[in-house]
Amino acid sequence: MEERIGVFVCHCGSNIAGVVDVKRVAEELGKYPGVAYSTDYTYMCSDPGQTMVKDAIKEHNLSGVIVAACSPTLHEATFRRAGRVAGVNPYQVEIANIREQCSWVHQGDKEAATRKAIKIIKTMVEKARLDEALDPIAVPMTHKALVVGGGIAGIQAALDIANAGYETILVERGPSIGGHMAQLSETFPTLDCSQCIMTPKMVEVAQHPRVKLMTYSEIDDVSGYVGNFKVKIRKKAAYLDRDICNGCGLCMEKCPAKTTSEFDEGLAQRKAIYTPFPQAVPNKPVLDRDHCTYFLNDGKCGICKKICPVQCIDYEQEDEIVEDEVGAIVVATGYDLYPIENLGEYGGGKYPDVITSLQFERMLSASGPTEGEVKRPSDGKVPETVVFLTCCGSRDPEAHMPYCSKVCCMYLTKHAMLYKHKVHDGQAYVFYMDVRTAGKGYEEFYTRAAEEDDVLFLRGKVSKIFEEDGKVVVWGVDTLAGRKVEIEADMAVLGLATVPNAAAKDLANMLKLHTDEWGFLAEAHPKLRPVESLAPGFYLAGAAQGPKDIPEAVAQASAAASKVAHLFAEEEYHREPIIAWIDEDTCAGCRVCVSVCPYDAAEFDVEKGIARIQEAICEGCGACIAACPSASAQQRNLTDEQVYKMVSAALEG
Amino acid sequence: MKIPYYPGCTLHERALDFDVSARECAKAVGVELQELPIWTCCGAVFPLVSDNVMEILAPVRNLAYAAREGDKLVTLCSFCYHVLKRANKVVKDDPEKMEKANLFLRADTEAREEVESYTRKDYEGQVDVLHYLEMLRDVVGYDEVKKKLRRTLDGLRVAPYYGCMLLRPKKEMEFDDPEQPSIFEEFLDTLGCDVVDFAMKTECCGGFQIVADEDLAVQCSRNVVGSALKNGAEIIVTTCPLCRYNLDKKQDEMAKSVRGFKKIPVVYFTQLLGIALGIGGEHIDFSDNYVDPRPVLAGKSLL
Amino acid sequence: MRLTIKTEELRDELIRRVEDLSRQSLLQCYQCGKCSAGCPVVDEMDVIPSEIIRLLQIGRLEEVLNSKTIWVCASCLQCASRCPKGVEFSNICDALRQMVLRKRLSNPRMDADEVSAIMISDAPQMGVVAALRKLNG
Ligand SMILES: Cc1cc2nc3c(=O)[nH]c(=O)nc-3n(C[C@H](O)[C@H](O)[C@H](O)COP(=O)(O)OP(=O)(O)OC[C@H]3O[C@@H](n4cnc5c(N)ncnc54)[C@H](O)[C@@H]3O)c2cc1C
Ligand code: SF4
Ligand code: SF4
Ligand code: SF4
Ligand code: SF4
Ligand code: SF4
Ligand code: SF4
Repeated sequence: MEERIGVFVCHCGSNIAGVVDVKRVAEELGKYPGVAYSTDYTYMCSDPGQTMVKDAIKEHNLSGVIVAACSPTLHEATFRRAGRVAGVNPYQVEIANIREQCSWVHQGDKEAATRKAIKIIKTMVEKARLDEALDPIAVPMTHKALVVGGGIAGIQAALDIANAGYETILVERGPSIGGHMAQLSETFPTLDCSQCIMTPKMVEVAQHPRVKLMTYSEIDDVSGYVGNFKVKIRKKAAYLDRDICNGCGLCMEKCPAKTTSEFDEGLAQRKAIYTPFPQAVPNKPVLDRDHCTYFLNDGKCGICKKICPVQCIDYEQEDEIVEDEVGAIVVATGYDLYPIENLGEYGGGKYPDVITSLQFERMLSASGPTEGEVKRPSDGKVPETVVFLTCCGSRDPEAHMPYCSKVCCMYLTKHAMLYKHKVHDGQAYVFYMDVRTAGKGYEEFYTRAAEEDDVLFLRGKVSKIFEEDGKVVVWGVDTLAGRKVEIEADMAVLGLATVPNAAAKDLANMLKLHTDEWGFLAEAHPKLRPVESLAPGFYLAGAAQGPKDIPEAVAQASAAASKVAHLFAEEEYHREPIIAWIDEDTCAGCRVCVSVCPYDAAEFDVEKGIARIQEAICEGCGACIAACPSASAQQRNLTDEQVYKMVSAALEG
Repeated sequence: MKIPYYPGCTLHERALDFDVSARECAKAVGVELQELPIWTCCGAVFPLVSDNVMEILAPVRNLAYAAREGDKLVTLCSFCYHVLKRANKVVKDDPEKMEKANLFLRADTEAREEVESYTRKDYEGQVDVLHYLEMLRDVVGYDEVKKKLRRTLDGLRVAPYYGCMLLRPKKEMEFDDPEQPSIFEEFLDTLGCDVVDFAMKTECCGGFQIVADEDLAVQCSRNVVGSALKNGAEIIVTTCPLCRYNLDKKQDEMAKSVRGFKKIPVVYFTQLLGIALGIGGEHIDFSDNYVDPRPVLAGKSLL
Repeated sequence: MRLTIKTEELRDELIRRVEDLSRQSLLQCYQCGKCSAGCPVVDEMDVIPSEIIRLLQIGRLEEVLNSKTIWVCASCLQCASRCPKGVEFSNICDALRQMVLRKRLSNPRMDADEVSAIMISDAPQMGVVAALRKLNG
């Protein structure tokens, strides 16, 4: 069929017409082979402009449209819509960018700019002549979500997705959901009790009819693609049947084997059969075989089995693999604190009274190891002087992490304040570089600590901490006074950097999710797509994506959930059809495409001995097309033939 | 096993007690320290300014001499070790400075008769500079050392003092963790001592400032000695003649500003090693010590 | 006290010279003060190490060259070792000393002729050599 292409040259007010001779451009293009109609107009994107395009399509029976205007990122969608309404396939509507790539950059030379505009449009005409009519690719979709990580972010995301009407599996590695927020005492800037605001959410998610909660479980494998993931979840052996267990707690009471409690950050002991904390959800124990006498001592003990009223203890239990299908995955795997061992100048963990910020949270917590009393670990005395250190391992590109951990200024201010609330005549010092309080009510919170609670903020970094004569000696500086500062304190609290959870890094590797160089999950666009991963079907929530506080983690979780709901709103998943395809007749089966495809979309078809592109996964990045030695891999509507013709048009005359 | 050895000026003369004990101990653990046939002062400081090539010439020349003897060079004094190791790294990392140093070496070889017997090659950083402690740990092995001991120093509470020059800068010295080092502790452990951990073991003794401003240096050394004492040490060991000097000989000055100051002997680590290896007599000489370590050692029946 | 900051002073060639000699970039320092906090001789300094860098950042070279600080530094490298930004103040200090000494201006605090005989006959040689090289050019 003879192509009948319409060319519409936009003035963009004077943006284009002020430099490019638009009349001449329209006239020249009218003579170009394949062009059936050519015109110009002040604002093509305006209503009359669009109507003009639609009318011309009908009147001149156009098969393709070129709008010569601004960048396609601005109005490609607009004109494709207009094309579709008037009967031209949207993928046969193209934009020739003569603004950003021409008029704006050649303001001094009207003649040259006009010639360049003509060439740009001609190349697009060449492309359009060979454009096929395409339809978005429809992929069937499982309307069920997987949320990995049961901290506040994961809980919120699971709740929101479930409340939007979709089944959700929430997988948590530990024995209980809650994450770090469950460990916190009171939360800035309002000082509400963390457990009190958290527990209702934990219970709600556990009881939600559309949420399947899987604690003490990990992701073993994920395959498939957006809308159609297959997941294998490993339910780790708890050595008891948690479905039957009634949570009576007798086993924990009688178990003779103890070890240090992870939840209490090493400040207390737990049993070998345990729940991490009394409000755990589910409130059913797991048996930790690495510390259980039965497992360590050839079957000697067995007390829990004897005592359990419902006979649910099973020492022979093995890990169980559960397989399921989901359409979208939210990763909310959270953070860890930077290891104190790496801070040798502060003792590297060897001094008992130099503690981490999470240890201090546990100490402040009413349900913590000291029942909310501040006591130093070495001798249980109430410290009269406590020094708090910001930026421990953060903002230190030389030896540690270069970034700001964002929450530590605020939580250390909170720590100093809460310490003062508990020890009225105590003295709190905070060494800081900048107090970063960018959040609603945060600056006021800091001011209150400094003015009402007499927390002394000292501007400078600490060089060394050591213990001598029962004191924690801090060598710091007050750069505002220009003096080195030495403080003999009773305790020091390190505001350690926020780093991605170690297990989360392995997960990201398995899921092939992009991360930054520190292991935080990378968002698709830092500003405009902050809760999506580059890999379709994966969404990000909480501190796994970067240091953040609770309000931000919750907001991001809800945003990720709404993205999932958006995806699930359609019966099928529709993707852009501008992707690769393989010419089966010429493909030699060399598998170069398979090796270069960053999305694992190109695969080898063993039966046919050739490569194949999975339409549901291909992002149309073009890597395979460039790599294929026999030119069998081609991009739809950007075939080699099209590219050659476009280049020739650009080089002509 | 023979290993080339660079004593440096101070061990050649004023710290003979360090040199002699080190050579004897080496023999006892099966190493013959072969003093370089010719060597000069290393210059004692490594230049911290970029345009000072002059101050790396002496260490590079010594390294070039060493290259003719073998692929390793052992040294003891912290300053020598620091200067040789860093100069070596400059030669390896900075081709322009390497070229300059070699130009100098060529001229030097022509000018000096003694060195003519050597076949001269350019020096490109091929020598591995080892501290004596590294030699014990990595070449001999602490386990081997342990087998050779005649007695262990049980119950002797020893504070290992690292000072500055062995550890810093970390990236160039690559000696140990600059904040929580362990090579010295492991060594003392091998000898059976009670190792005393003290916070000032990597802080400065005052260094060369003792020459310019005694009060200033004493302020530093008092801090170090005080911390060792507070943590219950009976004896301090060092690897450096200047540290030894500042920590030992200035104790009268320290006493002036600290009430109830208790004196504590400061010895070279090779002297304790010698005692444990059963080396006696003139080889383990404490006559230059200001605070006599013999009473403490005798108290533990170690003499 | 008042300071009028002049762009020419900020861009003083001699300050660039400090950067070249020391191989340090002054603007890399974010003024945390950790260098000052750990310096063993800070008690005797009139301007603490981080302030020296600050003064250079704002173009006050003269003030820095006249400080006592640069002569009491013991080159122990602790400041450099712990700096979170990889700034080696020890080297900046050496560069500043060199700038004074190379102008054949003597160290106001140590005259080579006045190093005591006791020191020379008693102290370890490397200590004396080091002091002369560092503090007397
Ligand atoms: C000392 C301290 C005090 C703080 N105080 C406050 C405060 O007062 N106010 C405030 O707003 N913020 C505060 N914060 C910040 C707050 O802790 C975080 O914003 C919040 O906990 C982030 O939640 P999250 O769900 O993203 O991550 P997390 O709480 O870390 O939860 C992640 C969850 O994922 C699980 N998980 C990880 N990997 C896997 C895997 N591979 N498979 C399955 N599960 C996995 C983990 O077990 C964990 O349960 C504080 C932080 C600290 C360190
Ligand atoms: S077997 Fe014994 S040690 Fe093990 S969990 Fe049960 S009660 Fe505890
Ligand atoms: S005794 Fe049995 S039912 Fe009770 S908490 Fe333990 S495992 Fe559960
Ligand atoms: S939030 Fe504050 S303490 Fe934490 S890294 Fe940033 S500046 Fe430092
Ligand atoms: S175009 Fe890119 S994503 Fe698609 S198959 Fe080729 S390499 Fe993979
Ligand atoms: S430690 Fe480094 S960054 Fe901090 S003030 Fe000193 S030189 Fe500047
Ligand atoms: S090198 Fe100088 S300024 Fe730096 S810590 Fe040592 S004495 Fe202080």
